Amino acid sequence: MKPAVDTGKHFINGDIACAEGAIAAGCLFFGGYPITPATEVAEHMSERLPHVGGTYIQMEDEIAAMTSILGGAWTGKKTMTATSGPGFSLMMETVGLAIVTETPCVVVNVQRGGPSTGLPTQGAQADMMQAKWGSHGDYEIIALAPSSPQEMFDLTITAFNLSEKYRTPVFIMSDEIVGHMSEKVVIPKKEAIKTISRIQPRGKKNNFHPFKPGPNGVAPMPSIGQGYKVHVTGLTHDEKGYPVMSVDTQAEMMERLLGKIRNNLDDIIMTDQYLLDDADIVIVSYGVSSRTSYTAVDMAREQGIKAGLLRLITVWPFPDRLIKELALRVKGFITVEINMGQISREVERCAGYKAPSYLAGHPGGAVVPPEQVISIMKEAF
Amino acid sequence: MSDKKEKQEIIVTGFGGQGIILAGRIIGMAAALRDDKESTLVQSYGPESRGGACCAQVVISNTIIQYPYITTPDILACMSQSAYEKYYRSLKPGGFLLTDKDLVIPQDDRLCFAIPATRMAEELGRKMMANIIMVGFTTAVTNLVTKEAALFAVTSSVPKGTEKMNTKAFNLGFDYGLSKLKGLEKRAGGQTGAKNEA
Repeated sequence: MKPAVDTGKHFINGDIACAEGAIAAGCLFFGGYPITPATEVAEHMSERLPHVGGTYIQMEDEIAAMTSILGGAWTGKKTMTATSGPGFSLMMETVGLAIVTETPCVVVNVQRGGPSTGLPTQGAQADMMQAKWGSHGDYEIIALAPSSPQEMFDLTITAFNLSEKYRTPVFIMSDEIVGHMSEKVVIPKKEAIKTISRIQPRGKKNNFHPFKPGPNGVAPMPSIGQGYKVHVTGLTHDEKGYPVMSVDTQAEMMERLLGKIRNNLDDIIMTDQYLLDDADIVIVSYGVSSRTSYTAVDMAREQGIKAGLLRLITVWPFPDRLIKELALRVKGFITVEINMGQISREVERCAGYKAPSYLAGHPGGAVVPPEQVISIMKEAF
Repeated sequence: MSDKKEKQEIIVTGFGGQGIILAGRIIGMAAALRDDKESTLVQSYGPESRGGACCAQVVISNTIIQYPYITTPDILACMSQSAYEKYYRSLKPGGFLLTDKDLVIPQDDRLCFAIPATRMAEELGRKMMANIIMVGFTTAVTNLVTKEAALFAVTSSVPKGTEKMNTKAFNLGFDYGLSKLKGLEKRAGGQTGAKNEA
């Protein structure tokens, strides 16, 4: 039996590192429906969870997998599922339920080429907008983009922490390349790993309001069976959790759902910057494409072009302010991603008329070669 | 291959089911966990698990590796004719070409290190260990990873209870590699041998 934190140096792929990160973060339930290229996450969770007193259930489809992790979360456990594009589509309705019921959970999407069944064994980053807008209604979501197996471990822990802190589903938007790539992964000692668990209510069990926000905009969350009377619904509800079909209640609920993310952007948004301080041309990238982008920045610098990289570790919420500030002082942006224009549109939106924005995209199935970035750079600027 | 060289790239390729990815994993693991280097392993394979084309790409470097894909490998290990034909032109000039002698017929005059890995594995009674023999052979011929690191990675990657047999398979390939190198030295000293095959 391995401990929850398997301290040491490992040579493992991103999917397995993600599963180890989940276990280290305290995940005790996984609702699984394996799909290439996310299968190894489920496989490894099914092997590891019994070691730490957790439960793996093989569900009948992705809809059930997603639903099961909501139920698991309401019993007080940290829960996760992992899928790829086709499963992500099926999960979308329940993602909305998780948002409106403020249920913490982590959903991993190891992206592959699409649409539909697409390229099961080859990578893409084409579900980025689906992550933001895939479920109906208006909402904010948190999505992180790991670029290495090490980050699959680290950011899975971060995803659980953010999800518990803000009572919201958090997406890990990985891709086949990072999921299946093997690299050295260093798992630190248990004491060195910071984990956050949801704030639980205290005091009187009567007249308890499970959706009444605390000081940081987030309501303490009781577990089913603790004795608090809890009503959980997808309908618009008041702070008690009861359905109330009124414009005022809708406005109040939306303010709560959006506010807890929008008022904490500095805490949620993480970026990495490489040679950005004196850069004329900013490459914006995330996930596996940022590995191309580091190489492209080095190649550009060798040729005397002042390029720099803004790597989005948090993709949603989008770092509007940072891009807007950069737009005032740089020549322009190139977004590198394995799709034909998703996050590049966000960059364009934020850059506005201040600086031009270009796409170094790819239809899917392979990474964007650094040479492509350089040639677009030379043509555009 | 010189230890000072900062980055080395190897492609291991063959059919799905031959243990190609595992061979790549062992090499990457040896470099990352024992030789104190950085390494990345990426793989390509078809939706089918056996019989399709399969390729493992391992980059080993003294510094962080950002871009994990290989276009011109320093080392190419081929365990099927179709894989050889797909990749042999991409090998760097002066790079190492390694093949399964019975499964690959070379198409040009380049120096080729050939080992009958599958036949040796069959003689060992473990056909599925041809990949481990190939890893041993690669380790001896190229010095890509140290023998100690490779053996550590072999024994930590194979199913429990098969470590001894796999170590034996590795050593068979390793010793065959050493004898090939010796033969090459002799030939360099003026003695004759088969054309272009070490």
